[in-house]
Amino acid sequence: MSTAVAQKRGLGAVIWDYLTTVDHKKIAHLYLVSGGLFFLIGGLEAMIIRIQLMKPDNDFISAGLYNEMITMHGTTMIFLAAMPLIFAIMNAVVPLQIGARDVAFPFLNSLGFWLFLFGGLMLNVSWFTGGAPDAGWTNYAPLSTTSPGHGVDYYVMGLQISGAGTLIGGINFLVTIVNMRAPGMTYMRMPLFTWSVFVTSTLILFAFPALTVGLFLMMFDRMFGSAFFDVGLGGNAIIWEHLFWIFGHPEVYILILPLFGAFSDIFSTFSKKRLFGYSAMVFATVLIGFLGFMVWAHHMFTVGMGPIANSIFAVATMAIAVPTGIKIFNWLFTMWGGQIRMTAAMLWSIAFIPSFTIGGMTGVMLAAAAADFQYHDTYFVVGHFHYVIVGGVAFGLFASLHYWWPKMFGKVLNEKLGKLAFWPFFIGFHLTFFIQHFLGLMGMPRRYWVFLEGQGLATGNLISTIGAFFMAIGTIIFLINVVYTSVKEKKVSGDPWEHGRTLEWSIPSPPPHYNFVQTPLVRGLDPLWVEKMDGKEGMTPAEPLGDIHMPNASILPFTISLGTFIAGFGFIYQVDDPIWLVAVFAGMGLTLGSMLTRSLKDDLGHHIHKEELEEDIKKGVGK
Amino acid sequence: MSSEDVLNPKRMPHDPEKATLEGRNKFLGFWFFLGGETVLFASLFGTYLALNGSTQGENTPEHLFGLELVFIMTMLLLTSSLTSVYAMYHMKNHDFKKMQMWLGITVVLGLGFLGMEIYEFYHYIHEYGFTFRSSAFGSAFYTLVGFHGGHVLFGLSWIVALMLRNQKRGLNLYNAPKFYIASLYWHFIDVVWVFIFTVVYLMGKVG
Repeated sequence: MSTAVAQKRGLGAVIWDYLTTVDHKKIAHLYLVSGGLFFLIGGLEAMIIRIQLMKPDNDFISAGLYNEMITMHGTTMIFLAAMPLIFAIMNAVVPLQIGARDVAFPFLNSLGFWLFLFGGLMLNVSWFTGGAPDAGWTNYAPLSTTSPGHGVDYYVMGLQISGAGTLIGGINFLVTIVNMRAPGMTYMRMPLFTWSVFVTSTLILFAFPALTVGLFLMMFDRMFGSAFFDVGLGGNAIIWEHLFWIFGHPEVYILILPLFGAFSDIFSTFSKKRLFGYSAMVFATVLIGFLGFMVWAHHMFTVGMGPIANSIFAVATMAIAVPTGIKIFNWLFTMWGGQIRMTAAMLWSIAFIPSFTIGGMTGVMLAAAAADFQYHDTYFVVGHFHYVIVGGVAFGLFASLHYWWPKMFGKVLNEKLGKLAFWPFFIGFHLTFFIQHFLGLMGMPRRYWVFLEGQGLATGNLISTIGAFFMAIGTIIFLINVVYTSVKEKKVSGDPWEHGRTLEWSIPSPPPHYNFVQTPLVRGLDPLWVEKMDGKEGMTPAEPLGDIHMPNASILPFTISLGTFIAGFGFIYQVDDPIWLVAVFAGMGLTLGSMLTRSLKDDLGHHIHKEELEEDIKKGVGK
Repeated sequence: MSSEDVLNPKRMPHDPEKATLEGRNKFLGFWFFLGGETVLFASLFGTYLALNGSTQGENTPEHLFGLELVFIMTMLLLTSSLTSVYAMYHMKNHDFKKMQMWLGITVVLGLGFLGMEIYEFYHYIHEYGFTFRSSAFGSAFYTLVGFHGGHVLFGLSWIVALMLRNQKRGLNLYNAPKFYIASLYWHFIDVVWVFIFTVVYLMGKVG
C-alpha cells in the first residue's frame, strides 16, 4: 500500500477504488465533491429566484417553473448540499479526533454515501422527465398530494432513499464515538467537534424515522390510492405537517450543531487557548439537542392548535436561546486574551458570531406565537432562516473546509484567495437577507412568483438580488482557490497551523489509510497540546507496533443503492403503466440480493503487517 | 485477534456475540437502530390514533376485529420470542445444534403468525370490502399492521438465511453477533405487536 503503487494506477482503477472504498477519508472526498456539486446547483436555483424577483412584475421564468425552483432550491440546499458537506467533515475528522483507524461500520459508511447520492440524483432527474417537485420544500398536503405530474413523486422517492443513507450515517457515528475512542479519550476529553457530532447523530437517529413515515404516507397517497391526507375519505392533512416538523425541526439542529463544534475547535486553535467553559459547552450542546425535539410545532402556530399548545411550544422555543447564548459567550471568552491569528478559517468563524446572533434574535421574535401570526409565511421568515443557515451552516462549512483542508488534502488553501472569497460573500450575504426582514414586515409573502409595482417592495428586492450576485462571486473565488491550491501550493506537515491541539494534527496530512501507526494514549483535553506542553513531539503510543486490522473494500454498497434507485423509478411510473413494476422488482431484487450476499459472504477484513508499517515509518509516516 | 481465531476460536467465551470489537459494534449499533425503529412505529401509531375514527361510517374497528384470531396470533408471536431466548441461551452455552433447533421453532411460530395475518387481511378485504383505499382508517390500519407484518417477514428471512449459511460450520465469533442481533430484532417485533394488540385491537373493540 505504498504511495509508489498508488501513483501507477490508471483512471479506471481510481474510479473503481472510489466506488468500492470503505475508507472514511475517501468517503469524505466523495461527500465533499457530490455535496459541493449539489451546492452549486442549489446556488444556481437561488440566483434564478433572485433574478425573477429583481423587479416588479418580472417574467424571467414562468410561475410553474418558479415553484419548481423554490422547491428544489430548499430541498437541494438542506438535504443534498448542507447534510453531505457536514458528513464530509464528520468523516474526515471524527475518527482522527478520537484516535480511531476507521469508523465502526466502514461498509455502512459507504452504503450511506451511495444511498444519499442516488437519492440526490433521483430528485434532480425530475428536471429532465417532465418537471421537478413544486409544492415547496416542506411539501405540505394537500398541495403536494394534488400536484399534477410526477414532480412530487420524485421528491418522495429521492428523499426516502437519501434519508435512509443519512440514518445509517448517524448510527455509524454514534457507535464510532462510543466504541472506538483511543485509550484515555474519555467523554469529557473529546474535542467539541466530536461532541457535537455525537449529539447530532442522536438527533439524526430519532428525527429521520418520522420523515421516513411521512414520506411513506405521502408515497401511499400519491401512488397507491390511500387516504391519509385525503379529507374526502376522512384523512387529515395536518398529520403531514406534524411528521414533517417532528423531523424538520431537529434537522435544523442536525445542521448547525456540528458547525458549532467546528467553530469551537477553530476559535481555540487560532486563539492559542483552551476552549473557554468546555463542560458548559458540552452541556449546552446536549441541551440544545434535547430541546430541539420539543419545539417542532412552532412552525405550525397558525394551524390552529389553540393557545395552550402554542404557548408551550413558544416557551420551549425561547428556552433554546439560553444554551445558544452560553455558546456565543464562551466563544467570545475563548478569544478574550488569546493570541488571535486572523486566518481565513478564523475570519469565517468571527463573521459567524454576529450573523448567527441576528438569526437567533429573529428566531426568538418568531417564537412569540401571537406575533408569529403577522410574520408567518412572509419574507421575515425567509430572512430569519437564511441568517441561521447561511450565517451559521454555510459560514461554518467554509471555516471548517479552510481549517481541515490540509488534513484532507495535504495542502493549506491559499489564505489570500480565502480572504478574497470571504468579503464579497459576507457583504453579499447581509445585503441579500437583511433587507428581507423588512420586506417581510412590509407584507411581502414568501413563495410568490411576482410582486406588484407601487407597493414599496421594488428597491428592497433589487438590493437583495445584488447581494446574491456578491455571494456568487465569493463562491466562485473559493472554487478558484481550490483549483489554485491543488496546482500551486506546497505540501504541508501534519500540524500546518502549528498550534494544533487535537489528535488529528498529530499524524501526517493527509493521513496514511490506517490513520495511526500506533493508537495514541490520550492524557487530557486537547491531547496533542498536553504533549506539546510536556515538550514531547507527537503522541505517546498506547500499544506496541503490531499488525493493523483493516476492513475490505466492497462494491455491494453501490449495488444496494443502485437497486433502490431503479426501484424508485418503478414506484413512480407504475401509476401510469403496470409494466414499470418490473423495475420495482428488479431494483428491489438487486438491493435485497446484495444485502443477502453481504450477510452470507464472510468478510473478515485484512491485516497490514508490521513490516509494511516499519517501511512506512522509514518514509516518514508516524512522525 | 486474527481471522483464524475469529472463525475457529480455540475457546468460546461466555458472550461470543460481544467477544470481538466488530461484535460489540454490531450489538450497540443494532440497539441504536432499534431506537430509530421505535420512532418509526411511534409515528405510525400516532397516525393510526389520529385516523382510527375516520371510518366513513362503515367498517368500524368494533365491527371488523375478532379477538379470537388476534389472541392466537399474539400467543404465537409471544411464544416465538420465548423460543428465540432459548436459542440465545444455547448460543451462550455453545450448543449450536440446540440453538438451531430453537431458532427453527421460532421460525415455524413466526410463519404461523404471518399466515394468520395474511388470512386476516384477506378476510377483511373479501368479506367486508375493507381495503387500504376504503377510508383513512383503512389506510392507517393496513399501513401500521402491514409495516409490522413486513418486519416479521424480513426477520424470518434473515433468521432462515443465517441458519442455512451456518448450518455446516457451527458457531464462531464471526457469526455469533449476527445470530444475536437477529434475535434482538425478533424481540423488537414482538414488543411492537404487544402495542398493536393493545392500541389497535383491544382499544378498537372496547375503547
